[in-house]
Amino acid sequence: MSDRARLPLWEVFIRPRNGLAHRHVGSVHASDAEMALMAARDVYTRRGEGRSIWVAPASAIAASDPDEKAEMFDPADDKTYRQPTDYHVPEEVGDM
Amino acid sequence: MSDPTLFQYVLGLADDQLVLGHRLSQWTGRAPILEEELALGNIALDLIGQARGLYQYAGALEGAGRDEDALAYHRDARGYLNLTLVEQPNGDFAQTIARQLFYTAMALPFWQAMTASTDQRLAAVAAKAEKETAYHLRHATEWTARLGDGTDESHRRMQAAINQLWAFTGELFEMIAAEAGLAAAGIAPDRKTLRAAWDRTIDATLSDASLTRPDDSWMAEGGRDGLHGEDLGHMLAEMQSLQRMHPGLQW
Repeated sequence: MSDRARLPLWEVFIRPRNGLAHRHVGSVHASDAEMALMAARDVYTRRGEGRSIWVAPASAIAASDPDEKAEMFDPADDKTYRQPTDYHVPEEVGDM
Repeated sequence: MSDPTLFQYVLGLADDQLVLGHRLSQWTGRAPILEEELALGNIALDLIGQARGLYQYAGALEGAGRDEDALAYHRDARGYLNLTLVEQPNGDFAQTIARQLFYTAMALPFWQAMTASTDQRLAAVAAKAEKETAYHLRHATEWTARLGDGTDESHRRMQAAINQLWAFTGELFEMIAAEAGLAAAGIAPDRKTLRAAWDRTIDATLSDASLTRPDDSWMAEGGRDGLHGEDLGHMLAEMQSLQRMHPGLQW
């Protein structure tokens, strides 16, 4: 649809009923922020999912380059000492 | 329980919501964008939900054993008591938005006033409808602003829609004979008192959208007496076809 192509894309974040943080749920097309909020409400909160909505222009989101994922993420793979499961809790400590 | 005066009044209110709700549902599969398809469908479902509550109450007031389905599906256009504004065809998107703006700018102060009704059933319907209608009005005013201030084409269409539907706005404030008595008893809002709020909303919205308020001239009437345009008959024929072929059919 050519009309649709002219409408900017907005990323939608919803804070659920019981949640503390907004989570990315999808995107909508809209002419501006106010219309994007209404579209997000109508598309993503129809089943009582939300208590708060954020929208952000998709163009404003800077993303990591998929081609650089090896240098970005692989170095963390072998550092198990950063995981809490890597540590043994002595029995004398009891419940933590 | 049988109360013919209140029955007729509640039936007219129910018909307003059902006819407008069904009109909006006709956009399903045809809306300009997916987001708007869901928005119009959501509004339609709010209105049909309001209609159900009102039909159930109307059936109880009539006391003749007719339930919500009997009232919605087994009356002809001549028996429908809705405002003629809400039965107007969807037209282009601007016409649908103008119809939403005109109706909802009345409906919000109407339901707000109805929350104070001495009739508990009507006050309960109003409490739910008020919140829903506030969002419907936001939807209509935001779209009116964007179409009015959008492109030359959208401005032209929005102004044409405003002009075309203006003649159906007088009826929004007409009181049927029984309504004055209900208003005096604190059951129904006095429609004359809604006019100032409607004017404020319409003037502010049109002004924001660089649109011109038409001059008042001939105004349509008769909806509350069952006098409707040809389009309502076509709409009801489609809406009622399944129940007319298979009376009492359930999902």
